[in-house]
This record gives sequence, C-alpha cells and structure tokens, in this order.
Amino acid sequence: MYAYVLRRLAATIPVMLIVAVLVFLMLRLTPSDPAAIIAGDNANSEQVAEIRNRLGLDQPILTQFVIWMGKLLHGDLGESFFFKKQVAELIADRLEPTVSLALFTIVLAVAIAVPLGVLAAYRHGSWLDRIVMGFSVLGFSVPVFVIGYLLIYVFAIELNWLPVQGYQRIGQGVGGWLQRLILPAMTLSVVLIALIARITRTSVLEVMNEDYIRTARAKGQTESRVLVRHALANAAVPIVTVIGLGVAALIGGVVVTESVFTIPGLGRLTVDAVLARDYPTIQAVILLFSLAYVLINLLVDLTYTFFDPRIRY
Amino acid sequence: MGYLRKCTAAAVAVGALTWAATWAVTPAHAQKTLRAVMHSDLKIVDPIWTTAYIVRNHGYMVYDTLFAQDEKGEIKPQMVDKYEVAADKLTYTFTLRDGLAWHDGPPVKAEDCVASIKRWAAKDATGQKMMSFVASIDAVNDTTFTVKLKEPTGLVLIALSKPSSNVPFMMPKRVAETDPNTQLSDFTGSGPFIFKRDEWKPGDKAVYVKNEKYKPRAEPASGLAGGKVVKVDRVEWRAISDHQQAINALLAGEIDYVETPKHDLLPLLKKDANIKLWDYNPLGNQYTFRPNQLQKPFDNVKVRQALWYAFNQKDFLDGVIGNPDYYKTCKAMFVCGTPLASEKGMDGLLESNFAKAQALLKEGGYDGTPIVLMHSTDLDVLSNLAPVAKSLMEKAGFKVDMQSMDWQTVVARRAKKDPANAGGWHAFLTSWVAADITNPVMAAYFNSACDKALFGWPCDPEMEKLRDQFARETDPAKQKLIAEAVQIQATQSTSHINLGQWYQPIAARKSVAGILTTPVPVFWNIAIQ
Repeated sequence: MYAYVLRRLAATIPVMLIVAVLVFLMLRLTPSDPAAIIAGDNANSEQVAEIRNRLGLDQPILTQFVIWMGKLLHGDLGESFFFKKQVAELIADRLEPTVSLALFTIVLAVAIAVPLGVLAAYRHGSWLDRIVMGFSVLGFSVPVFVIGYLLIYVFAIELNWLPVQGYQRIGQGVGGWLQRLILPAMTLSVVLIALIARITRTSVLEVMNEDYIRTARAKGQTESRVLVRHALANAAVPIVTVIGLGVAALIGGVVVTESVFTIPGLGRLTVDAVLARDYPTIQAVILLFSLAYVLINLLVDLTYTFFDPRIRY
Repeated sequence: MGYLRKCTAAAVAVGALTWAATWAVTPAHAQKTLRAVMHSDLKIVDPIWTTAYIVRNHGYMVYDTLFAQDEKGEIKPQMVDKYEVAADKLTYTFTLRDGLAWHDGPPVKAEDCVASIKRWAAKDATGQKMMSFVASIDAVNDTTFTVKLKEPTGLVLIALSKPSSNVPFMMPKRVAETDPNTQLSDFTGSGPFIFKRDEWKPGDKAVYVKNEKYKPRAEPASGLAGGKVVKVDRVEWRAISDHQQAINALLAGEIDYVETPKHDLLPLLKKDANIKLWDYNPLGNQYTFRPNQLQKPFDNVKVRQALWYAFNQKDFLDGVIGNPDYYKTCKAMFVCGTPLASEKGMDGLLESNFAKAQALLKEGGYDGTPIVLMHSTDLDVLSNLAPVAKSLMEKAGFKVDMQSMDWQTVVARRAKKDPANAGGWHAFLTSWVAADITNPVMAAYFNSACDKALFGWPCDPEMEKLRDQFARETDPAKQKLIAEAVQIQATQSTSHINLGQWYQPIAARKSVAGILTTPVPVFWNIAIQ
C-alpha cells in the first residue's frame, strides 16, 4: 500500500513537468504581451519596451524557461506581473474561498444526490425515478452560468433572501460565510447532483438483484438497512469514482462560478490572470490545479480499499 | 426505511440550523461607506508607471495636483496658492498653499513637487514636451519653486493641470525619486483619501478612507478644481467583472455606485425608483479609427483619405451605443464643447460619400490588398465598431479581412510593425476619454513623429511643425488658430479618424448625492443620505 502511494506520488513529478512545459510554451506562443497591457492604452512603443525589459520578456524563451524552472525548483513561484505580490501569497490568499466553495458544493451534492439516486433505484420506474432522471438530464444540459443567473434572479433579486454576490471569510462570521456560499454552491452542485444521482441509481439498481440482497431480506432486515448497509455499500466504488471525477470537474466550474458570484478565489484569480496575461500567476495556478487533479485521483483510488476490501495495492 | 428517515431528518436539521445561522449573523454595512464598482479591477497602483484609467482614478483618490481644470475646463490652482509668470514668460514661480500634508504627517514641500514633476515628465508625452522647453525646476524654499524655461511656451499650466493619464500627481520626494520605470511601493500621498494597502485585495476590493487631515480649498468643488470635501468615511471599490452582476448588486442595494453600466442595461436601471443615472462627464469619449501607415496600402495618403469619405459617424454610434441620448455626432477632432473645438476642414468628410472614396482609391492605385482590421470582441463599448467599419469600407471598395480577438490581443498586436500578413495589422478602432484629446499636444494620435509616434506610426513633418508651434504659443486665441490648422492637416495626412462622441452615465442608488461633473470619476463631494 505505502509502496503504491509512493509510486503514485513519484509519478506526479513527470506529469507536473509536462504540464509546466506545456503551460509555459502555450503562454509564450499566444499572441499577447503583458508589457503592452501593463503600460496602458496611451503608452508608446518605448514605454512598452522598457516594461518588457523589466519583466525579462525580451529574453529568449529558453532563457525565460530556465529562470522560471530554477525558481520553481527552489519553491519560488515568482512575482505577479500586475499585483506586485508574490504569486504564492496571492494563491494563499485565494485558497480559502475556493476550498470553502468546493467543499460546500461537494457536501451539498452528495447529501442530495446519493439519497435521490438510492430512492430512484428503490422506486425504479415510478414517478420519483422519472423526476430524478429528468432532473439529471436538465442538470447536465443547462450551463452553469445560466443556473447561476436564474438562482440569483429568484433568491437574491425577487425574494431578497440571499446576497447577489461576494464572499465573507469564515473568520468574519460563519453566518455571513454560509450566506454567501449558498447560491454559488447550489449553482455548482446542480451538475454534480445530476451526475452522482444518475450513477448512484444505476449502481444500486445493479446490485439490487444480487444474492446477498435477497439473503439480507430473508434474514428479516428492514428495507432501509438493506438499501444503505448492503446495496449502497456494495455500489459505492463507482459512486466514489464519479464523486472524485466531480471534484476534479469542479475546478472548471469554480472558474465560471467565482466570476459570476464575484468570489475572490483561485478561479477568479485564474480568469483575471489570463485576461491580464499575468504569466507567473497563470503558470502557478495551472500547476496547482493539475496537482490537485492528480492527488484527487490518487485519493479516489485509495478510497476503493475502504469500500471494497478485495481491492489491494 | 428507518435509516433513511433518520438521514433525512438529520439533513433537514442541518439545513435549518444553517439557515438560522445565516440570518442571525448578517453583517450590517457601515453607513458612511460608499461601495462602488469601477470599470476595472485595481491591479497596479502607480499612476505614473501606467496610463491605465483605473490607476488614474486611484491617483485622484490618493494624490493631489498643483492645478486642476474646473467644470468649464478653465485651469485653477489646487495645491498652489498663487503663481507668477515673469514678464519675459521665461520664469514661473509657484507658491504652495498652507496646510498641505502627506498622509504620514510631514508637510508638503516645494522639493517634493519638483521631484514629482520630474518623475511624471519622464513618462508622460505632454510632460516630455513641456520639459523640452524647461531649463530648470528648482525649489526656492519649503513652499516655493520655480520653473525656468529656455523659450516661452503655453504648455506649463496646460501640462500641470492635465486631467487624464498621466496626471501630474504630487508625491513625497522619497517616493517621487523612484525610477519612473519601477512601480511605487510607498503609496503615501496628500490627497483627500488614504489608500488602505492592508485591505487591498486585487480581484476583490480596494479600500480608501477619508484623510481627516486634508484641508480642502475654500472654493466650492467644480470639475477637478475647488474644495475636495470628503463626505464619506470610506470608499470601497468592489471588483465585479460581470456587468449583469454589478447591476444586480446595485438593484439589490449591495452596491451604491456603478461607474460604467452597459448601455443596453440602462432602461432596466431607469425603471427602478431607487436608482439614479448621472451624466457626470459632458465631454464624454470619442471613437477613433487608426490606420497603420507603415503598411501598404495605408502608406498611401490617397488611400487613407478615402476613409474620411467612406465613414459616417452615425452608423458607428448607432451600432455600438444605439440610444441617441448617449451619443453625439461631432466632427471636431478636439471634442465638441472644448475651447479648441472646430469643424474647419471637415466639409464633405464623414458623410459616407462612397463615390468620392472609390475615386480616391483609384487615384491612390489601391490594388485590392485585404485590410487586416483588428476586431476586439470583449469590450462592449468597442465590439461593434469593427463590423461597422468593415461594412462601410467594403462599400467604398476596400477588401477587408476582419480578425476577431480580445482587446488585450489588440493591445499586444498593435505594437508590432510586422507586415499585416505576418502578424502585423492595418487598422483598429478604439475610444479615447475626451479629456485626453483636447489639444494637439495631449492628443497622442496627432503625434506624427514617425518611429516616436504611437502605433500606426504616422510620419508628417508638417504636423510636427504645427504641434511645436502650438506648444510655443502662449496666446489662447492663436492656439485655437493653430489647432484648426492641425485639424486640417490631420484630414490630409489622416493619422486617425474621429468617429463621434459617446457618453457613459454613472448609475447610483438614490441615496448617493453630490457626484461631480468631471472628465474622470472622483469621490470627493459625494455623500450618502
């Protein structure tokens, strides 16, 4: 087990290296110039050239790459072109909103989707099953930003129950923190609920006709115990897999949702950095997201052993 | 189903507790905090290092200016108490008014102003022009400094009262001695607000608090001049990049002020009794078409002149702004409503006379080379300009290759001198804040000094001669005549084409009062009722 974890962790190094090279090259090969953006609309060519020189962007790409990698290997993510702050500091500052949003969304999605999926499987073919499946199709089909705007219109503007936008740090009060997370988390969770509910339903349906279910019922166990202890536990591996994939997919959703709801998290930082061509920040954030993706996959693989003791690494 | 029931009950209980906690801890907003959404997030905070408008606006919060233009565009002393011009017009003596102090306590001294002018003039085109006339700038004592000239110029007060980027903001000497190409790290100013560096979170908010020590002038506020009386305790610039969300937040009362609401959302705002629209900038903005004179066919003056006959302003303004309440056709290149506004040389131009345009193209030997027209798609106030230009140019006989990209790509690409088919360009469209273009020296697109000119690189010695004449002239009446000559020359050489004026109202909650009529948004005089 430990050897497997170490092997998997070691395997992340070449993955991260490839990501680093690709991100660096893609940014340098796109038709953009951070120096021109920093200089402003009224700046002349000389002013732009001065800034380019200051940022080291007039050096050959290979030289720039070597400098960046050298710093990276020493744990230095560099300084943002725009914010005059260390990228590590920027990321640390933006981590809490994104982690809060992601965790809240996952908890919300699992809390709603798993019971719905189990119920849909249990009432297979009933109106409840059709509603859950219909919701799944809708959840997959409607873009995140449309859901966001609809929820804002209903809950923030018409009913005035929740704020339109913004984020409050948890240290400033749990109430305000939750209040500002509900709408974005609902927005993000719709597609996850659709995905998890559908997979849960299918997985539970598959095991419902297994011998051990019949045996459990023959032993006189209640239906709820049969569903949770026997059916759901044995259907857990694909459900955990899809939750893991969902967490990874959240990274993309967070970028849009944080922009719509004005949450100062990593997603918003990514958008701002891309629009401003802030190379050091873009590179660092993408590396971080890639690392998160790899680690989530590892975590999912390790979770399998918990639900299915037959799986060994 | 006992387990499921328990699970459901637990979920409902958690939900209810969450809901209750949510409402119990809703924070109350401080009454004297003005929450504003500006046109952009504040990422850079050195208004000399960059010309970006959001940084200029930040500058007006934190710093003060020696002179300022009032509502009528007249130049008035601001930090200066009195000034004298010697009879030979070669020496200007400035005396600072009493009570000026930096945010960290010490008084503003003449030596601070000398250092600030030098740093600003190293970066700003108008400042550079002014410095070409300057022999020396020296502090005489703590409150007096002189500007000695090599030859007379009318530029000194014009430059020192420059309202838009780069504005000559005054900074402490230790700050102003920072290399102009290095960003400031000390944000001490003497302006009416203090920048809260510890609360500044790019992508989230920038915070300013009232400078309690600031002593406003006695005169009432007018334009950027007069008493800068702060009537709120705190101003927060909230970064909301999504236009619709900014409006939603304004309607919900989470925001008090939106600097640039989208024009197509204005009807929604007008319907709401809690919202007021402020037409704060009567000069507005001017759309501009910029050809690249380094590239064929725009290296040919006849081909460039054909553009004046192909275009008409109304089509552009209808295409982008739509509502005539927020635009005005105006042929004056120095902006209608300003002292130098004139329609000299504009007869028959900008009227979409396609026959005349076609004749000029023929005369210029246009060979059908496709014009690479850069089309910026992400800024609402620019995105429809290029399609309108394409349509009008094609009617005039041009072939147009319109290439769509985001504005930042336009900004990067326009700096390239490569041929259009190798990553370069032929033309793009943009918009100027009117305050930037009210005379031939400030209006950067008139600069026709070849390589030293802005992208597009017009090369016109006659134009440069006229601009120098304007800079030397001290008599306003004669300056106006020179400005007219500049405009006539511009219609011949076609450094750029002005495509009409448009206006951007501020949207604010009804509780917000006292928004001033200024060429740039400022926050003194604003009260929350």
